[in-house]
Amino acid sequence: MADMTLTKTPIAEQKPQERIRNFKEVTLGYTAQEAMKEAARCLNCKNKPCTTGCPVNVRIPEFIAKVAEGKFEEAYDIIKSTNALPAVCGRVCPQENQCEGKCVRGIKGEPVGIGRLERFCADYMMDKQKSAERPEPNGHKVAVVGAGPSSLTAAGDLAKQGYEVTIYEAFHTAGGVLMYGIPEFRLPKEIVKKEIKALEDIGVKIMTNMVIGKVLSVDELIEMGNEAVFIGSGAGLPRFMGIEGESLIGVYSANEYLTRINLMKAYKDGYDTPLLKSKSVAVVGGGNVAMDSARSAKRMGAENVYVVYRRSMDELPARKEEVHHAIEEGIEFHVLNNPVRIIGDENDRVSELEVVSMELGEPDESGRRSPIEIKGSEHTIKVDTVIMAIGTSPNPLIKKTTPGLEVNKRGCLVVDEAHSTTKEGVYAGGDAVTGAATVILAMGAGKSAAAQIDKFIKNKNAK
Amino acid sequence: MFKILKKKQLNENVVLFEIQAPFIAAKAEAGQFIIFRVDEFGERIPLTISDYDRQAGTITIVVQTVGASTLKLVKLGVGDCISDVAGPLGVATEYEDGIKKVAVVGGGVGCAIAYPQAKKLFNMGVDVDIIAGFRNKDIVILEDEMKAVSNNLYICTDDGSYGSKGFVTDKLKELIESGNKYDEVVAIGPVVMMKFVSRTTEPYGIKTLVSLNPIMIDGTGMCGGCRVTVGGKIRYACVDGPDFDGHQVDFDELMKRNSTYKEQEAEHICRLTGGKRNG
Repeated sequence: MADMTLTKTPIAEQKPQERIRNFKEVTLGYTAQEAMKEAARCLNCKNKPCTTGCPVNVRIPEFIAKVAEGKFEEAYDIIKSTNALPAVCGRVCPQENQCEGKCVRGIKGEPVGIGRLERFCADYMMDKQKSAERPEPNGHKVAVVGAGPSSLTAAGDLAKQGYEVTIYEAFHTAGGVLMYGIPEFRLPKEIVKKEIKALEDIGVKIMTNMVIGKVLSVDELIEMGNEAVFIGSGAGLPRFMGIEGESLIGVYSANEYLTRINLMKAYKDGYDTPLLKSKSVAVVGGGNVAMDSARSAKRMGAENVYVVYRRSMDELPARKEEVHHAIEEGIEFHVLNNPVRIIGDENDRVSELEVVSMELGEPDESGRRSPIEIKGSEHTIKVDTVIMAIGTSPNPLIKKTTPGLEVNKRGCLVVDEAHSTTKEGVYAGGDAVTGAATVILAMGAGKSAAAQIDKFIKNKNAK
Repeated sequence: MFKILKKKQLNENVVLFEIQAPFIAAKAEAGQFIIFRVDEFGERIPLTISDYDRQAGTITIVVQTVGASTLKLVKLGVGDCISDVAGPLGVATEYEDGIKKVAVVGGGVGCAIAYPQAKKLFNMGVDVDIIAGFRNKDIVILEDEMKAVSNNLYICTDDGSYGSKGFVTDKLKELIESGNKYDEVVAIGPVVMMKFVSRTTEPYGIKTLVSLNPIMIDGTGMCGGCRVTVGGKIRYACVDGPDFDGHQVDFDELMKRNSTYKEQEAEHICRLTGGKRNG
């Protein structure tokens, strides 16, 4: 009989006053006892709505049943059979919209803490894993562009089937947004490194400092004997608002701010990359990237951190848990405000952000209520730093240098239902196709693209 | 890892390195740059590719010691490795067909970047005048190399200790006034020099190309740290440039933005030269 407690087993967290002074992980994870207790809440439903809500279809009730019995290694193997990066997903997935959003227990009370359990299994096994054996090579080569979540998933799945996979990464470190974007306090980088190491153990080769489109073209990757290419280059091109004052000192894109902190470790002593010292910071936007930037700014010593968002608290696109954490950490939300101008001091450093108040109009076609300016409501917020977190779009570099590759008007690569681009043998997935989305959606795309690439190469060679 | 094959001190503060980087050497063109990271603790810093040898698989970079990272780099010797080198980045310089005569203006270490431009133009059969400016005789670099790829090489020093006395802009103006018909001027050096070269050529309507050097991190267009205003529009120097029309660039803004980390940089050098460093 399942444990019918209506709420999730609580999880230990660092206290807000402590954690705003460090970059250590906020959520500390379940103990074995807590995990087994939470696992006992699962009803083991026959139709498994949770699994259909997971973009990589983790066999959720099956692994949870093992956790309930205390068979953590078996639980982990079940997760790992469909999910290449469980320690990452358990931490950063917006479970409320995915697996946990579909959980039957969520109808009356809280859903089963699926993310927390996945994370527990992955963490439990992190140092116990023997490195997996290398699959028998099948004699076929595939190139993967980018080393973010979609690419890592595709590469892992292909390598398991014996493909010789090489990942080409532009940065000096693999991981994409997992390394440069999501901060240490949400996703420790050691964990990402270990998950990537596990892929290298099964034979995935990673070449860093390789900017595809510059150092090698997609056509050259094919000439080098790769029978297919997967493009998982993400959506890393930041947007600015186009308002006055965006070139002032102290205006950052969230990408730049987070890259300096996470990838270049500007928060740690002994690392060379500098970051401006900020007293008051305005972060423009309401997604996870905005929350990450705001919470990072706080940890870098800013006294006042404001999230400036043009809609209301109800429309914030960030994960609920992150908004909750941000509020606990003293981040102030200036919702229904839209920046109109950034004002600088005599040294061209940001001194104020001018915003206009907004009200919400009727829902638009997409069902979202669009914000409308309230005339004459302009006012200023005193800040010395402004971080723009209003979204990103795919980098045009690969498209520009690859003849035959089509993109839509938002710069996203055009693919068919089989993840094939307009160029034969070239597949794509993740943010490069959808525009900025989530880690798990990118992984789902990488997974199904890998299956299509396998089919494509087998068909081609059968002829 | 990228191995250093050759190191040559060009003057007290400027060092030339030849680095093994076959993938980059295969594709590099004049005007492009690399981003390097000396070691695990290092920052990512852009440097122009000063020369390349496709056969040997090597690229040449010329580094002036201006701060912590360049100081760390010049301490390396032959046989040492640079942790990361990514490139070739940026758009290769494009010249219009049919140009006949070009003045290439280099300032200080900028001459190392002006050199591949002059070489490319010279090999295209264009008449090339090089105007190279230095503070004094002691820091003149690449004189023979520049001489070899130009019809005329004019060296200027601020104090008159070598070549003619004065700024490159004085020499450029003199050459234009004395009847030299330049189809284009290419200016590479400190921002303030590029600004005044652009101001000098503007009244004559001579197209002027500058190679901008804003602060960069990734160098691939994903952060916007290197944004510059050109013709009133925001452009990313790492992917849209680094070359831009000098008559359209907001140089004052660039100089301000380049001073963003002045305080931290000063602090950092103190730490480095003080010998105290983690890792």
